Amino acid sequence: MIEPQTIPDTDTAPGDPHADSINPAAGLISYGVGLGFAVLLTVVAFILATTTHLVWQPSIPVALCVLAVGQMAIHLIFFLHITSGPDNFNNVMALAFGVIIVFLLIVGSLYIMSNMNQNMMPMAGMLQSQQ
Amino acid sequence: MSSTTVPHGDPYHLGLFAGDHSPTAEHGVHDLLSKRIVTGYGFWIFLLSDIVMFSAFFASFAVLRDATAGGPSGDQIFDITDTALETALLLLSSFTCGVAFIGAQLKRDTWYFGAMALTFLLGVGFLLLESREFAGLVSQGYGPTRSAFLSSFFTLVGCHGIHVTLGLLWLLTMMAQVWAKGYRPDIMRRLLCFSLFWHTLDIIWVALFTVVYLIGVAT
Amino acid sequence: MLGKLTWSAIPFDQPIPLAAGAAVGVILLLILAWIVIAGHLPYLWREWITSVDHKRIGVMYTLLAMVMLLRGFSDAIMMRSQQALAFHSNGYLPPDHYDQIFSAHGTLMIFFVAMPFVIGLANFVVPLQLGVRDVAFPTLNSVGFWLTATGALLVNISLVVGEFARTGWLPYPPLSELTYSPGVGVDYYLWALEISGVGTLVAGINLVTTILKMHAPGMTYLRMPVFCWTVLASNLLIVAAFPILTATLAELLLDRYLGFHFFTNTAGGNVMMFMNLIWAWGHPEVYILVLPAFGIYSEVVPTFSGKPLFGYRSMVMATMAICLISFMVWLHHFFTMGAGPTVNAIFGISSMIIAVPTGVKIFNWLFTMYGGRLHFTTPMMWSIAFIITFAVGGMTGVLLAVPPADFLVHNSLFLVAHFHNVIISGVLFGVFAGYIYWFPKAFGFRLHEGWGKAAFWLWQVGYVLAWAPGYVLGLEGMTRRMQHYDVAEWHPWLLLMAGGTAIILAGIVCQIIQLFVSIRQREQLRDVTGDVWNGRSLEWATPSPPPVFNFPILPRVQGEDAYWSVKQRAIQEMQLSAEPEYTEIEMPRNSPTGFICAFFATIIGFAMIWHIWWLAGVGILGAYIAFVVFAWRDVPEYIIPASEVAAIWGANRQARKQALERMAVQS
Repeated sequence: MIEPQTIPDTDTAPGDPHADSINPAAGLISYGVGLGFAVLLTVVAFILATTTHLVWQPSIPVALCVLAVGQMAIHLIFFLHITSGPDNFNNVMALAFGVIIVFLLIVGSLYIMSNMNQNMMPMAGMLQSQQ
Repeated sequence: MSSTTVPHGDPYHLGLFAGDHSPTAEHGVHDLLSKRIVTGYGFWIFLLSDIVMFSAFFASFAVLRDATAGGPSGDQIFDITDTALETALLLLSSFTCGVAFIGAQLKRDTWYFGAMALTFLLGVGFLLLESREFAGLVSQGYGPTRSAFLSSFFTLVGCHGIHVTLGLLWLLTMMAQVWAKGYRPDIMRRLLCFSLFWHTLDIIWVALFTVVYLIGVAT
Repeated sequence: MLGKLTWSAIPFDQPIPLAAGAAVGVILLLILAWIVIAGHLPYLWREWITSVDHKRIGVMYTLLAMVMLLRGFSDAIMMRSQQALAFHSNGYLPPDHYDQIFSAHGTLMIFFVAMPFVIGLANFVVPLQLGVRDVAFPTLNSVGFWLTATGALLVNISLVVGEFARTGWLPYPPLSELTYSPGVGVDYYLWALEISGVGTLVAGINLVTTILKMHAPGMTYLRMPVFCWTVLASNLLIVAAFPILTATLAELLLDRYLGFHFFTNTAGGNVMMFMNLIWAWGHPEVYILVLPAFGIYSEVVPTFSGKPLFGYRSMVMATMAICLISFMVWLHHFFTMGAGPTVNAIFGISSMIIAVPTGVKIFNWLFTMYGGRLHFTTPMMWSIAFIITFAVGGMTGVLLAVPPADFLVHNSLFLVAHFHNVIISGVLFGVFAGYIYWFPKAFGFRLHEGWGKAAFWLWQVGYVLAWAPGYVLGLEGMTRRMQHYDVAEWHPWLLLMAGGTAIILAGIVCQIIQLFVSIRQREQLRDVTGDVWNGRSLEWATPSPPPVFNFPILPRVQGEDAYWSVKQRAIQEMQLSAEPEYTEIEMPRNSPTGFICAFFATIIGFAMIWHIWWLAGVGILGAYIAFVVFAWRDVPEYIIPASEVAAIWGANRQARKQALERMAVQS
């Protein structure tokens, strides 16, 4: 199969490391460090969730969400090699677009549905929780 | 992938400066970005659409979390040890997938096939644990038809499980393809897509175990 | 063995679907027989069915849309005539038929007319405008088209085997749940849309990647034609919104098939959540439809005003603003369904805000025309009519965005008139303009102007007569989807609406005649140079129809309106630009993968609808095997030798040189 002659790529495919040559040591270190951070964040999250007297109770869901976002960032940076360089611009833009949509959908739905549930007639509300 | 061809003052190719000559203007007749970049980006867009689909299931779960209809709520049915084990398996499989990716780029068979096999086993382990959890719940009468909460739980977690299953099928196909045809450029592109897919599944699992299991148990 | 399927599924006792089905069946058989007997099948298979060429796929999408327009419009004729007759009477359509008809009408028009038309035109034009050879993923493109065709096929099969949904084009629960819709109708709807939804998503991914990652050298983002920008925005919305539709319909499927409780009345289901999620998809959907139509106007108006588009940058910003804001307004589709005043106010304000970028676009088109030399060709007529008519529809939209006003007119004919107003004058006029504008590029000859103008006027007059009374009726209190009524004040307006429909029918007949006459007179209407309208963008730099490789070498782009400056220089120097150095070109091979996948998808859909589980399994296995066979292919491309490229391109250069010489003689 003939590959067409192409210019030196000014962009990087998502998931590809940026090094010109394949550097296995650097690659392994990247994945290893990512694994390490991810394990750390996971352990902390599990401990937080299951040991209730460590932190002020109502803050736990927020803390867990922050830890989750942090861990997703670790995955994106160390496993998927997403960075902020100009060669990754399109990848980051697409990701930002996706994040905005997800945010609008989830926050919007929660806001709308909780507002509606509040406005439901009391009888219907009682029926819902009793069936 | 050098950055020396990035034009001055217009790193994002917006064309803000009239009359600028973007780097592509000076080069030969086939002036398009490589297939690897185009394929990778297209798959990235697909993954983002998949993430939006998951977020619709997440939104449903969040709305229906308290609709237990007299049945059990999350903290009553979740076994956090199971969840921790599943998380460990999937996280490790992400690591081994990365190792397999490097092995493929180095064209080292033992590295690639070994790491892919490991990834497969870890993934199967994850699925076995999850199926056991589901079967256990159903046998207790807490299946998806019991309440809206359970419907949304089974759907959300099950959708992720289906993606993992399809991913494992893809994994086997990628092993077969490399075995049959070697490290051809088009197969390498597919491997790039597969590794993107597998890592994204782990990212979604992070959201899943946090929102469904951990927050469910903590509140 | 055959699940729920029995002979009683065929409507032997219902004359209308039986007759319609029989007629369509006979016509299809005749066409098929003619194709096979006249020996056209190998050509069709090789050149169209297995084609991965974006131009061929674009044409097929458009053809699908136009055929489905006939079916959807037949539904409209039935609805209008029923409502005209049903004053103190039951009309001729019993309620459960009437319900299926308006549901099928909406489903077909949105999913199988508007979407394929828009995607078809985008597929055909965008790679040409970007100066590249094809979309990013040609075989995937074919898969997407054929999956969309599968969805259309399933909806049409429901006419003769079983029934269609009676829920309206969006199947609100609890009516759409198994308890209240135990038949197969809703299942037909759900599977058709889940399958074609995959096709649409695939098209979305393809076009986004093509526009963002594949440009001719020198074509930076801000030098792309505005049509490409609007297609980008629309397909970003597809990628963002269609997964929500997939998930929501999947949840309804789970409720119906496996007894889940997402939207049921019992066990904690939340009916309103369906409305919330489906409109989170539904609102971006209408912008998916209208944005490319806006892009078409942005191509047509400058060309026939002889001026570049006014305010390119503000057009781009307005397009991307609409893209983003369209994801922040969806509650306005259910103001009256239980949200409190704060929520309603927020979404009401955002719905009003989204009218602003559209206004920016309208002013840009007006300023483009101002001071230009206008040519009132048929595409230009459609565009001007759009500007006037759509402004009315948009204004009624802003009115509806005010929650207290909406409480009075929600689900009345006012609402129905509003969305037909914006969809017909926005989307349909746009795709008609695009169809006439790019037809010569696709087929090498223009469409007959006279019949085109006749069709336009009949459509415009017919549309006003068909839908202006709708606003009046809505304000007089008529609810939508009524099978019969007894309010005397409404009757004359409904008669007018039926009359308008008849005039639109005449317009459609003119469009069909136009096609036949144009084919018959194609030599007189021939497009010799490839630039029949004196166009400004790169697609007019190719022969008509363009060769499979589009350009022998990728064009060098120096500014906006990439082709215009090249052309002006050539006219000034009375000399074409230098002949390119022809090299061999590799193009993707045709593949039956799309067609085969769709074949198995049809089997899966039909089997799931009728609960024939083993058949569904066969379909899934078949689709997987087809996929693996495609993945195992060793030679994905073929080479076009340089001599062939030179011959094709050289012929067009000859024609253009002759045109230049004619211009020199005249001046």
